[in-house]
Amino acid sequence: MPETKPKDAPPAVDEGIERGIAGLTEERIRKAIRRVLSGETGARLKAYVDTCIHCGLCSEACHFFLSRDRDPAYAPVGKVKQTLWEMLRRDGRVGPEFIKQARIVASTHCNLCKRCAMYCPFGIDVAYLMLVVRRICHLLGVTPLYIQDTANSHAATLNQMWVKDDEWIDTLMWQEEEARGEIPDLRIPLEKEGADILYSVIGPEPKFQAQLIYQAAVILHVAGVDWTMPATPGWDNSDMAMFTGDNEIMGRLKRAHFETAARLRVNRIVMGECGHAFRSVYDVGNRWLGWSMPPIPIVHAIDFYHELLEEGRIRVARLFEEPVTLHDPCNVVRGGGLHEKARAVVRRTCAHFIEMEPNREHNYCCCAGGGVINCGPPYKKHRVESNRVKAEQIAAAKLKGAKIVITPCHNCHSGIEDIIHHYDLGVETRFLGDILYQVMEKP
Amino acid sequence: MNELYRLATGPLLWASFAVFVGGSLFRLLELFLLARRRERFLFTYLSLRYSLRSIGHWIVPFATVNWRRHPVLTIVTFAFHLSLLITPLFLLAHVVLWDEAWNVSWPALPDAWAIVLSLIVIAGCVFFFVRRRVTPEVAYVTSASDYVILGLTAAPFVTGVIAYYQWFDVRLFTLLHVVSGEALLVAVPFTRIRHMLFAPLTRAYMGSEFGAVRHARDW
Ligand code: SF4
Ligand code: SF4
Repeated sequence: MPETKPKDAPPAVDEGIERGIAGLTEERIRKAIRRVLSGETGARLKAYVDTCIHCGLCSEACHFFLSRDRDPAYAPVGKVKQTLWEMLRRDGRVGPEFIKQARIVASTHCNLCKRCAMYCPFGIDVAYLMLVVRRICHLLGVTPLYIQDTANSHAATLNQMWVKDDEWIDTLMWQEEEARGEIPDLRIPLEKEGADILYSVIGPEPKFQAQLIYQAAVILHVAGVDWTMPATPGWDNSDMAMFTGDNEIMGRLKRAHFETAARLRVNRIVMGECGHAFRSVYDVGNRWLGWSMPPIPIVHAIDFYHELLEEGRIRVARLFEEPVTLHDPCNVVRGGGLHEKARAVVRRTCAHFIEMEPNREHNYCCCAGGGVINCGPPYKKHRVESNRVKAEQIAAAKLKGAKIVITPCHNCHSGIEDIIHHYDLGVETRFLGDILYQVMEKP
Repeated sequence: MNELYRLATGPLLWASFAVFVGGSLFRLLELFLLARRRERFLFTYLSLRYSLRSIGHWIVPFATVNWRRHPVLTIVTFAFHLSLLITPLFLLAHVVLWDEAWNVSWPALPDAWAIVLSLIVIAGCVFFFVRRRVTPEVAYVTSASDYVILGLTAAPFVTGVIAYYQWFDVRLFTLLHVVSGEALLVAVPFTRIRHMLFAPLTRAYMGSEFGAVRHARDW
């Protein structure tokens, strides 16, 4: 028999998981598995499990499999075997140690990037199956500590980073003041009812990267956009609960976000460069609330920059000179089809653009997404080692001259930065907004 | 032996057809009802255009990135599945049986062709068997049931070829051929051979999601 555990899996020193399994009984596990497998799932799960012909054709889709020397335990179907198949085969009679391993596999060996769904002849959605496993583990209280902390923050504050209500407003006013040093009449309009656009960001922006709010304010101001930001909770579009399996909290977050936009009577929500947040508002969270598509149109930053450039509302003063390459974030490319628009923005703003191979829908994930980076330091080494193919992909682009990797997604940005450092690639990452801010005509 | 043969080509045959058709319909209905009960939203996303776009790419050899990555497997898979469907339907001996029983008939394959197609099916089964043994990511997820369905698929073709050439005891092998064919039919709704029923549905759903919601290709 082939061995059933992945080689060199990280030693689990995760308090969240250890404490979670300490309180588990077989009975409780069985109940949670039953609840999810016969109460919360249905035709998709059945069809996916029944149709899978065990052909392994999904394997080469997965950067984990490719980066870890084709270890079968990292093939998409191999992850299903270690988790769901066993739960089904044993009718939920699995022990705490099994749940621990299942949580590690589902939450840190898969980015939910859905690349494998494009490689399986039947379109079996392993990302969905891993989410089902995550849901079971969540109900059992077995969740990596770091990401659970962000989910707790979501639950308590409606934002991911424990940002207090007054700190949020303070940060916006601070950034407005900073930006007024550059453009004296710039405003960050708070609570402007009836504005055309609500601009929303993820929790880490006010917490660690406030300059991104500054840049966005400059872009929106120069383009003459009628916009606003909320002064109340509901401003954060991010969602780690979606990745832990806490659908109830996810629902609360998305409801607060959409209701904030509705309260301000905006026509559209424009969001910063974040992929997972886009997935949450465009694909997952809205469905949980019963909306097949978002109740208020969602425009990702890539799409919005594209619109501003196309309409001539932002003009480019001088092209960005250093040669760039572009990383296609899964959640907005396989999740939103923004790959051509991203390229159009890059071509309009940069003098030298070098494609990574493979690209567009076939691009490799950054290995940070799906909440994997949010599981924190215990898994960092495993995460960067599991994406050697991405390092090779970037190195190949560098050989062709690329010096900058444009990564229009927060998770990708951090994930790729880690990869660049670990593999010593000697290139830098930038957001699309960084580039646009730098090259645009300003008054 | 004659008794057995009459049983196999009479009541058993009809029973196996009934189980095959009834069981398959039951499986599809079961899935449909499950979707209606628990995941009604699936129907919201189904789009005929994008379903066909996706299925269209995946049923054409080399039309997807993954088919192109595995040229040998792709050729074997397509040759195998096509032969598997065509041979039993267009074999002269089968067409004659339909004609005798129901007075319906359609053009038949020349016998030589049918033999070649049967050999392709058998070779395909051997290929898949070897692949399950030697490719680590396939071996890792292979279970006994995978070998069972390979055996079930190969059996009617192996026995059919033997009976056709009248090697060994022709009556015995004809009987085995009939029985194994019936077993294969019966197995469709009850084993993972039912991917033949569900594959178009899972593909259609993923195609619809990718096309209509995600605005991306899924091939
Ligand atoms: S969704 Fe992505 S990370 Fe997860 S198994 Fe599939 S290819 Fe691998
Ligand atoms: S490619 Fe699809 S059918 Fe084959 S093993 Fe992977 S999930 Fe199963």
